[in-house]
Amino acid sequence: MSGNMNITLKVWRQKNKDDRGRFETYPVQGVSPDMSFLEMFDVLNERLINEGKEPVAFDHDCREGICGMCSMYINGRPHGPLQGVTTCQLHMRSFKTNDTIVVEPWRAKAFPVIKDLAVDRSSFDRIMSAGGFISVNTGNAQDANATPIGKEDADTAFAAAMCIGCGACVAACKNASAMLFVSAKISQFALLPQGQPERKSRVSKMVAQMDAEGFGSCTNTGACEAECPKGISLSNIARMNRDYINAQFTSQQM
Amino acid sequence: MSWFSKMLGSSIGQKLIMGVTGLFLISFLVVHCGINALIFMNDGGQTFNKGAEFMGTNWLIRTMEIVLFAGLLLHIIKGYSLTRQNLNKRPVEYAVSAANKNSKWYSRSMGLLGTLLLIFLIIHLKHFWITSRFTDQITGGHITLYEEMKIIFSELWVVVLYMLSMISLGYHLLHGFQSAFQTLGLNHKRYTPLIKNTGVIFSILFPLLFALMPLVMYLGIIK
Amino acid sequence: MTSAKLDARIPEGQLEQKWTKYRSTVPLVNPANKRSLEIIIVGSGLAGASAASSLAELGYKVKVFCFQDSPRRAHSIAAQGGINAAKNYQNDGDSTYRLFYDTIKGGDYRAREANVYRLAEVSANIIDQCVAQGVPFAREYGGMLDNRSFGGTQVKRTFYAAGQTGQQLLLGAYSALQRQVGLGQVEMFTRHEMLDIVNIDGKCRGIIARDLITGKLERHFGHAVLLCSGGYGNVFYLSTNAMGSNVTAAWKAHKRGAFFGNPCYTQIHPTCIPVSGDHQSKLTLMSESLRNDGRIWVPKRKEDAEAIRSGKLNPNDLKEDDRDYFLERRYPAFGNLVPRDVASRAAKERCDAGFGVNQTGEAVYLDFAYNTKFKYGKKEATKLGISNPTEEQLNTLGKAVIKEQYGNLFDMYQQITGVNPYENPMMIYPAVHYTMGGLWVDYNLMTTVPGLYALGEANFSDHGANRLGASALMQGLADGYFVVPYTIGAYLSNEIRTKPIDTNHEAFVAAENEAKARLEKLMGIKGTKSVDHFHKRLGKIMWDKCGMARNAEGLKTAIAEIQTLKAEFWKEVRVPGELNEFNPELEKAGRVADFIELGELMCQDALNRNESCGGHFREEYQTEEGEALRDDVNFNYVAAWEYISESNWQLNKETLNYENIKIAQRSYK
Repeated sequence: MSGNMNITLKVWRQKNKDDRGRFETYPVQGVSPDMSFLEMFDVLNERLINEGKEPVAFDHDCREGICGMCSMYINGRPHGPLQGVTTCQLHMRSFKTNDTIVVEPWRAKAFPVIKDLAVDRSSFDRIMSAGGFISVNTGNAQDANATPIGKEDADTAFAAAMCIGCGACVAACKNASAMLFVSAKISQFALLPQGQPERKSRVSKMVAQMDAEGFGSCTNTGACEAECPKGISLSNIARMNRDYINAQFTSQQM
Repeated sequence: MSWFSKMLGSSIGQKLIMGVTGLFLISFLVVHCGINALIFMNDGGQTFNKGAEFMGTNWLIRTMEIVLFAGLLLHIIKGYSLTRQNLNKRPVEYAVSAANKNSKWYSRSMGLLGTLLLIFLIIHLKHFWITSRFTDQITGGHITLYEEMKIIFSELWVVVLYMLSMISLGYHLLHGFQSAFQTLGLNHKRYTPLIKNTGVIFSILFPLLFALMPLVMYLGIIK
Repeated sequence: MTSAKLDARIPEGQLEQKWTKYRSTVPLVNPANKRSLEIIIVGSGLAGASAASSLAELGYKVKVFCFQDSPRRAHSIAAQGGINAAKNYQNDGDSTYRLFYDTIKGGDYRAREANVYRLAEVSANIIDQCVAQGVPFAREYGGMLDNRSFGGTQVKRTFYAAGQTGQQLLLGAYSALQRQVGLGQVEMFTRHEMLDIVNIDGKCRGIIARDLITGKLERHFGHAVLLCSGGYGNVFYLSTNAMGSNVTAAWKAHKRGAFFGNPCYTQIHPTCIPVSGDHQSKLTLMSESLRNDGRIWVPKRKEDAEAIRSGKLNPNDLKEDDRDYFLERRYPAFGNLVPRDVASRAAKERCDAGFGVNQTGEAVYLDFAYNTKFKYGKKEATKLGISNPTEEQLNTLGKAVIKEQYGNLFDMYQQITGVNPYENPMMIYPAVHYTMGGLWVDYNLMTTVPGLYALGEANFSDHGANRLGASALMQGLADGYFVVPYTIGAYLSNEIRTKPIDTNHEAFVAAENEAKARLEKLMGIKGTKSVDHFHKRLGKIMWDKCGMARNAEGLKTAIAEIQTLKAEFWKEVRVPGELNEFNPELEKAGRVADFIELGELMCQDALNRNESCGGHFREEYQTEEGEALRDDVNFNYVAAWEYISESNWQLNKETLNYENIKIAQRSYK
């Protein structure tokens, strides 16, 4: 074994969506500070398998902080104690030996648990289907440099577009609100000339879908921004509010 | 008006109601505090009573009073319904929460702070508004509003209650002031710091002025 | 010379005219008929998502399958550096021909001319399309698109969005896909894994998929099936691929008749974060764009390397004269921007010779100190009018520029290693990154099974033996947006009379039963070792004997070892949990079983190819200076392997004809 840290994990175990679920405690020995948090789970799972037990199910894929698949609510915070970091990029050097770490799944009505720490985030996809796009068929495009876009707008749009759709904002929010996620996509398009034709219908449809999915409303606590691994700004929510109000008052549709 | 009610029913629309009514109530606080601060003239309530009389008889103010109550009721009812709705959005609570690491406790406790304020408000209305509007104590010329204040603020528990309530008000405003602007979509790199700072000053200054009133009367600093 | 079984269907005519002419003559399907034609797409990365949205826009009924919880998570998202396009926005002499030429040369003359030219042709359309979708590429102050340069080229043609280009491109394609989902044109199946294809009367007619949440097997019919399931770098266990990236879809297709092209061509990326311990589950890439400003070096003297390894010497204290900037020394024309295969081998050569700089001796430095001070610091100082800046000032000014350009990559490096790369040179080492090999396809991107297509990294692709940086994104999107929507007409125009086949057809039932039997077998072994145990062992065999450098003896040993490993796997693996539930271990088991079989074929292919080219380096075949030595007389072909039976493949050759480019020894000196 490569390390000398000893960790006690309290992990949420839940067989399926209908199971009530409970915490299980697992000591993990020989943890290296260079391990990622998920690699520590690999070590735990390897041991559980060797003991004939069922390993902990958790979502993960790229393990480099960009796919947004990993979740985990660690010691009361989504993606753990560091800022600007997903669970897969959290390393054990951020903990001390003999620490007890409590790991729970994202909890929200709109994110039902599938098994253990894996949750269903398909509500995000449905919000995107409602309006998170620019309606341009393949082949319709003009030359890419035909419309200049100021660097400031391009950079701000990019900052919003960096959202990885992990759902930490929902997990962190006391109201399980998805407004940071939704507003990031709305902002990206609202800041670009390409996004203007559908600007009003987009915000109306995406907000309606967000509400229908069972996310809560925003009370501006700022927890989402603080926990977002990509630093998506609250100003996006303000922009969405502004666009939404504007769209409702000025839309030609009855 | 279907689009309008639909908008107000959406998550953003409901926030909008909270924000707009909140800002309206803030504007009321300014007027209320301004008139009441006349007691600090320390002229035996002469100026204050004039102000009070104006407020009690001017038709515009009396009309606004109805709007004010409507706004207040809307703020309270919407606040409760939103809080209840939001509680349902997380059917299973987290076992461990480190919410203090990502947000301020008072921003998460607006419902609680608001409830404390509501209790205070009922007592406060009973103390002054009911007395001045629904009895002839003041309108009949038996006592002035200033004298009524002196009577009410002669009891220690009342003074303590008022002061504690003003602490609630301070925290409620500390989040609510800047939050209302955010809800209305007024967020800009250049101006948001100004709004936030104004909010902080406002939420300290006005509750402090209000809190001083019962205190100075109880201590007899103002006669 | 080309095997009779292979028909690349390359259109006649001049290179420059082939695609234009073919596009205008390929049979069409009228809109009314498109509505009744169903297409299945497996994978939702750049190739899958772009193909799905484009085909749905045309009116086809599309079903998309991905194993992740959302199509947005496909591993294309992790591509960092950029996407090439022959736009010539920089006025530096770029052209379609130049991009074509660079790609063929970069691929060490082992790619198909016609395909590559088409790729270069449509590259410009991709940028237009993505910008129209709202992809926020980096821009200059005037509002025009910015470019950077990449390895293996001498022009600036790479479009980028900070270090997250793949993410932005994928989110663009994903949004187009979700739009079609909303419109009802695409039916999306997330958390589904394809376990087999179904062939009826010699044509591919559907797939068997497993719902990963319930464990249920499903049958889906399609008039055509598109595999956009990515590459197979995870056969090495440690790679820059996502944990879930797998070969299963392609491998099942291979076993049902699709030939596998050039499986041994593996790209080893030179700039990855070195392995830190045996707990390591994956390797992280540091974008090639870093080589624009990072200089790669090791100490000149072994004593210094030893002192650095033992921690006695701080690399910052080593004098300039004592450093060996080996890429600049060996390849003065391209310097640190030589293609990936060349850079990787050079790093390995230095480390093998004892000059490695981390504890395991398997790392070289990527140092930004010089360019921080003297490239950017000086420029900033000049801008500010500071005439005699101190080194300290230069450093501060330059660091701000470096931060702006590479901030997220530097943060990521620090997060993983715990070392601050602004103060210390980065340590890097090559790692498996991309697989040029894949299912053999013709000009239409159709495999040897009629009706079955392969797009993106899943096909044997346009990259020959080595892929240039920023070309994978280009190829994935070209295939999906601009190639397959046209070429699929050649097949589907003959299918308009084919009614949807009932999934109770015996071929569907048989395929499902086979898939079920295999899953039950895996569950039933109840051995003593975890799936990862076998995966790690396979990875070690592959890395040691079929990795950056290969030789005949090693490959033969590897084949024997893999066969033993396979037997052991099917006797000893333990898959916990149940069949009909969410069971990640069962998913892994199926994938590793396929990787083991693939590993054997890769070694076969590497053993067969008695030459060195691009990502395939046979130690027996090198020049005196240690460069790859091709054999154009005997190996100028695509090796397309046909599955016969277990551990038994037949080699079919597609000879490569170079009509427009003169084959030469690749030189970056």
